[in-house]
Amino acid sequence: MRFTDRDETILNGDLGEAARIALELVAAAGGAMGASELLDISGAHIDGCLYHGLAGLDFARRLADAGGEVVVPTTLNVSSLDLLHPELYRGDEETARKSRELMNAYERMGCRPTWTCAPYQLGDRPAHGDQVAWGESNAIVFANSVLGARTNRYGDFLDICCAITGRAPAVGRHTDEGRRSTLAIDVAVPDDWLGHDLFYVALGLVLGRVAGTEVATIIGLDERSDEDRLKALGAAAASSGAVAMFHVAGVTPEASTLGSDRGIPRVPVDGSTLTRALRELSGDLDAGLGAVSVGTPHASEAELEALGELMRGRTTSVPFFVNTGRDTAASVPSVIESIEAFGAVVVTDTCTYITPIIGDVDGLVMTNSGKWAYYAPANIGVEVALGSLADCVESAVVGKVVVSGGLI
Amino acid sequence: MRALVAGQASGELVILDQGLSFWGGYEAETGRIIDRNHPQFGQSLAGKIVYMPQSRGSSSSSYVLAEAIRIGTAPAGLVLGEPDSILVIGSLVARLLYDVECPIYVGDLAELSVGVVQLGDT
Repeated sequence: MRFTDRDETILNGDLGEAARIALELVAAAGGAMGASELLDISGAHIDGCLYHGLAGLDFARRLADAGGEVVVPTTLNVSSLDLLHPELYRGDEETARKSRELMNAYERMGCRPTWTCAPYQLGDRPAHGDQVAWGESNAIVFANSVLGARTNRYGDFLDICCAITGRAPAVGRHTDEGRRSTLAIDVAVPDDWLGHDLFYVALGLVLGRVAGTEVATIIGLDERSDEDRLKALGAAAASSGAVAMFHVAGVTPEASTLGSDRGIPRVPVDGSTLTRALRELSGDLDAGLGAVSVGTPHASEAELEALGELMRGRTTSVPFFVNTGRDTAASVPSVIESIEAFGAVVVTDTCTYITPIIGDVDGLVMTNSGKWAYYAPANIGVEVALGSLADCVESAVVGKVVVSGGLI
Repeated sequence: MRALVAGQASGELVILDQGLSFWGGYEAETGRIIDRNHPQFGQSLAGKIVYMPQSRGSSSSSYVLAEAIRIGTAPAGLVLGEPDSILVIGSLVARLLYDVECPIYVGDLAELSVGVVQLGDT
């Protein structure tokens, strides 16, 4: 590893113990990835603030107690607690206390308490070409693919080390070479599917399986692939695979420069493959509808507005949860009122599949999220049904699973 | 094999048919695979040398691996089909905090013998 003079200063401990530990870890991880030098980053997003046991708390405390402080603007991912609606938490007190300590440790290091898995929905998101170090698999794939910012898949602990040092290994998705597509996905489906939210979830699930860690160029989509649909696609692909980046021909910012499909393997994807991917994640529909959860990744302003419209003048017959960021919720207060008037519960700072909020459910939990459907069964012990945002609201009103559009 | 996190370990070889996201897929309390979409759902990896062909899933897998190492339910060592910095950082942080090793190598399945496998120089 080639170090700059400033790197050497840090490694000598001249800028404090926390910076020294952090840079040693950045360099070790960089070596494992094949990097021979580090680069400067202009921002970071930290995933390590969600509590999964003492190890993360011990590490954050070690850095914070040693004077660790971030040197670039740094946002924080979801945690285990909803600080704005603490009454929603049904877990044990001990875990809640440790979770709060973990959150405090990251705040002590100068991270912004944004508590969202969708930092790209905040006002000051990275621009095309910016080098950043982001954790949270859905945020990583969005930053690379949709924003054109540059980040590798930073695991918990490495993210804060990059933020404390302002450095990241110059390798992988930080470089042009690592962002070039090596696989083309040829999508051939009826045209009206491109107007259906669930299609993007299904395509994401299949993309993750087919691409694994590779960068793929998706061919056959158009301007109907808006940000919320690409968010759903990327989140699903980063759950079923380890996708850090994809291109969509004619849509995403680097498709025309780094997403050429010439001379690379092509994989055809048809409707039946997509339908099968959705069915595989769905429980037995005869089990009935027990609850609904939407907003994974955190709902955007546009999604909240769409929900507000769909819910107007109606009432849910089952528990209905809407996950979103506290900043997003605060920007549309009247929409939040209509969502609550429907009988839905707005959850901020955390998410219903990572912490006990939903409680015992009699029947399936319906969601519009491939990521939620992928992880919730193991995390919180529920069976799921997938549908679009509109399907979720309709189903909640009539009290049974209703899916439109012919994808399932 | 190339060392990502050098160290010594031995244990029975378990070959995963697919990548595993440690977060959401591995229970640190028990050392078992809890991802129901994984072909080896239910299997214990505690104390085993685990071959994993590809990376998968969450960027919190580093945290769950470190927590499993802390508790003593982690694999004894990992052999990866492709380099993965997320698992590497989990192992390095556990070593820093608890002085417990979980070596990680990149290698080909053909380089591994069946049965009990030894990682690192002995």
